[in-house]
Amino acid sequence: MNLTSWGNYPLIENKAHPFTQVKDLEDILAHHEDLIPYGNGRSYGDSALSKHIIQVKPHNLFLDFNETTGQLHVQAGILLSEVLEVFVPRGWFLKITPGTKLITVGGAIASDVHGKNHHNAGCFSECVAFFNLMLPSGDIVTCSHTENTELFKATCGGMGLTGVILDASISLKRINSRYIKQTTIKTKNLKETFAAFERYQSEPYSVAWIDCLAKGKGLGKCLLMVGDFQADGDLNYHPKSNLNIPFNFPGFVLSKLTVKLFNWLYYGKVFKKISQQQVDIDTFFYPLDAIGHWNRIYGKKGFTQYQIILPKETSYEGLEAILSTISKSAKGSFLAVLKLYGKANNNYLSFPIEGYSLALDFKIEKGLFELLDQLDQRVIKYGGRIYLAKDARVSQAVFEQGYPQAETFRALRRQYQMHEKFNSLQSTRLGL
Amino acid sequence: MSYVLIIGAKSDIAQAIAKKYAENNYDLYLAARQVNELNIFAKDLAIRSKQTVQCVELDILDTASHHTFYHALPEKPEGVITAVGYLGSQDLAQTDFKETHKIIDTNYTGVVSLLNIIAEDFEQRHSGFIVGISSVAGDRGRKSNYIYGSAKAALSAYLSGLRNRLYSSGVQVLTVKPGFVATKMTAGMALSPRLTAQPEAVANAIYKAQQKKNNVLYTKGLWKWIMLIIKHIPEGLFKKLSI
Ligand SMILES: Cc1cc2nc3c(=O)[nH]c(=O)nc-3n(C[C@H](O)[C@H](O)[C@H](O)COP(=O)(O)OP(=O)(O)OC[C@H]3O[C@@H](n4cnc5c(N)ncnc54)[C@H](O)[C@@H]3O)c2cc1C
Ligand SMILES: NC(=O)c1ccc[n+]([C@@H]2O[C@H](COP(=O)([O-])OP(=O)(O)OC[C@H]3O[C@@H](n4cnc5c(N)ncnc54)[C@H](OP(=O)(O)O)[C@@H]3O)[C@@H](O)[C@H]2O)c1
Repeated sequence: MNLTSWGNYPLIENKAHPFTQVKDLEDILAHHEDLIPYGNGRSYGDSALSKHIIQVKPHNLFLDFNETTGQLHVQAGILLSEVLEVFVPRGWFLKITPGTKLITVGGAIASDVHGKNHHNAGCFSECVAFFNLMLPSGDIVTCSHTENTELFKATCGGMGLTGVILDASISLKRINSRYIKQTTIKTKNLKETFAAFERYQSEPYSVAWIDCLAKGKGLGKCLLMVGDFQADGDLNYHPKSNLNIPFNFPGFVLSKLTVKLFNWLYYGKVFKKISQQQVDIDTFFYPLDAIGHWNRIYGKKGFTQYQIILPKETSYEGLEAILSTISKSAKGSFLAVLKLYGKANNNYLSFPIEGYSLALDFKIEKGLFELLDQLDQRVIKYGGRIYLAKDARVSQAVFEQGYPQAETFRALRRQYQMHEKFNSLQSTRLGL
Repeated sequence: MSYVLIIGAKSDIAQAIAKKYAENNYDLYLAARQVNELNIFAKDLAIRSKQTVQCVELDILDTASHHTFYHALPEKPEGVITAVGYLGSQDLAQTDFKETHKIIDTNYTGVVSLLNIIAEDFEQRHSGFIVGISSVAGDRGRKSNYIYGSAKAALSAYLSGLRNRLYSSGVQVLTVKPGFVATKMTAGMALSPRLTAQPEAVANAIYKAQQKKNNVLYTKGLWKWIMLIIKHIPEGLFKKLSI
């Protein structure tokens, strides 16, 4: 069985090399080339795909926890969901979490993931005190904000191309409830959407669903959801059990479903312009995890997610251009996710910059890549970039224009002979 | 809180059992040789479960140490589960008595030495449970592994007698007879997936059977019927078979 990424595209033949003990990993590194680490395969594209795949997930022990400071040391294969199961009942939560909890700590660092609180909390690397990295030589180095800083900046967001993250110490944050008090704001167009993001910037968590079919005056209409943890002392967290999609699904069913869902929420009588709800952790942070293997909805050919970010100054104009191209193309998912991000960090390949990010799914079909190439040109024109964790097709030229530190990253790869050991389909395509 | 003592705690089955008992709020003693290698596993369990997990050095072949080992435990356990075992090499054992000796002592003599001591304590306290992991291999000797099988047969007989003795003291004895289990012991063997259990499934079954105070457990359950048939094949036919 070949390992795949979340988008089920591309599919390649590969051999999996799982390890539980560090000495077994040394052995794997000594005997293979074209290796890439693989966490839980929740990246959408080809960043975790190569001929030889190092499966980190079985390397999954909790190593240490400090009950007073909330500092947690884990092996890199631990899933965020495991951290939540153990620690939410004790009043701790992840400082930074993406929209799925089914990723490994190693994968969270390698993509320097971000969540609904990026505008005030930054990327995952912010909560990482240190990690241990195995280099191509088999040597293990400790990297942090103050130690081996070059390797730290290259590895956070470095898509597995600097070596294997073995274990990491991350800090958790105190919470006092399993519930979030959520406010939902309904906007009529992009202008209102932007204004709403600015107005609610002091809320710790925010994200918007935007209607990609809307044209003309309604372009950019959205449901903005903001919120923060309650303080009711109820920490009785039990992860929700999942529905599962057992087989590949015809794509049209999905679009009908999401259209219905959005319209129901948007036009539903219950929905005032501003409304409030109390929702639990899983509903607020991980709505998609409620349906296991929802990626099968896109059918056998798979899908890709297109996620871009534009600097704040050009966001309005740029998003208008991009959204109208998408809505004209009649491709793409009906719903997209929009969010205002905070300041960029110093990591060489981390995705976030201060501005607006848009993400939406496209099923793989004829004409798609031409459309995405067109969109890329707009992204470049407005000074933006695309997210490697979601990508399966961007060109080297477009990538390089978006990531000015690509050359620094390359130089470091050469310095440690990383390019001779660790390569993914993505790194080969991008000349990394 | 009450402790469960797990003997041979490095075994894959034992580790799955340890997880299961920690999840169910038991504190644990993990006993094994070179037990320091288990520190990291024990720490993980303790963090996940918030239970106390202590590692204790024990060589099941060093019978002279067993009395001290048991009486040095800071608090006496409520139950003991033994998973030590050694499959060894049948071919080697046929010609090299050292190997035969090791198979017998690891699976039988050593376990008996320790359980004798623990049984005395439990009997006096009128409480406790003893879980011994034997094997379906002990149900009938076959040419492919009868040295191991005979040691397990002896262990099964011992556990049966112990159950009989301790019944009146309210001490429970559970004999576990796994079929194939996917562990270090069977790594590299071509096992039929239908007949092979994962260590986690074995641990769940053991926990359930122990809590229900059962006497004998076959796992997977299918093995009970397979062994029933195998035990009833007439010897005249059985001796000609290669199974
Ligand atoms: C439903 C859904 C929602 C998502 N929401 C968000 C979001 O809100 N924000 C966001 O930032 N991302 C989001 N993502 C993307 C996801 O968080 C990232 O792709 C993440 O990296 C996946 O982690 P993984 O453990 O599955 O790793 P994989 O997908 O297996 O690998 C991802 C990358 O990490 C590298 N890697 C993995 N483990 C290691 C290791 N131990 N050492 C070195 N490199 C390693 C791989 O080589 C690869 O380059 C989402 C994905 C899904 C499916
Ligand atoms: N796997 C199967 O298919 C299967 C089937 C039927 C029954 N069983 C029984 O199930 C039990 C667990 O086996 P397993 O499958 O989990 O295999 P395993 O991992 O090989 O476990 C056997 C354990 O016994 C320990 N041991 C051996 N000699 C010892 C000694 N002198 N002192 C202390 N510990 C010693 C080993 O420790 P070290 O690491 O120190 O060697 C090892 O951890 C065994 O009794 C086995 O006979 C297994």
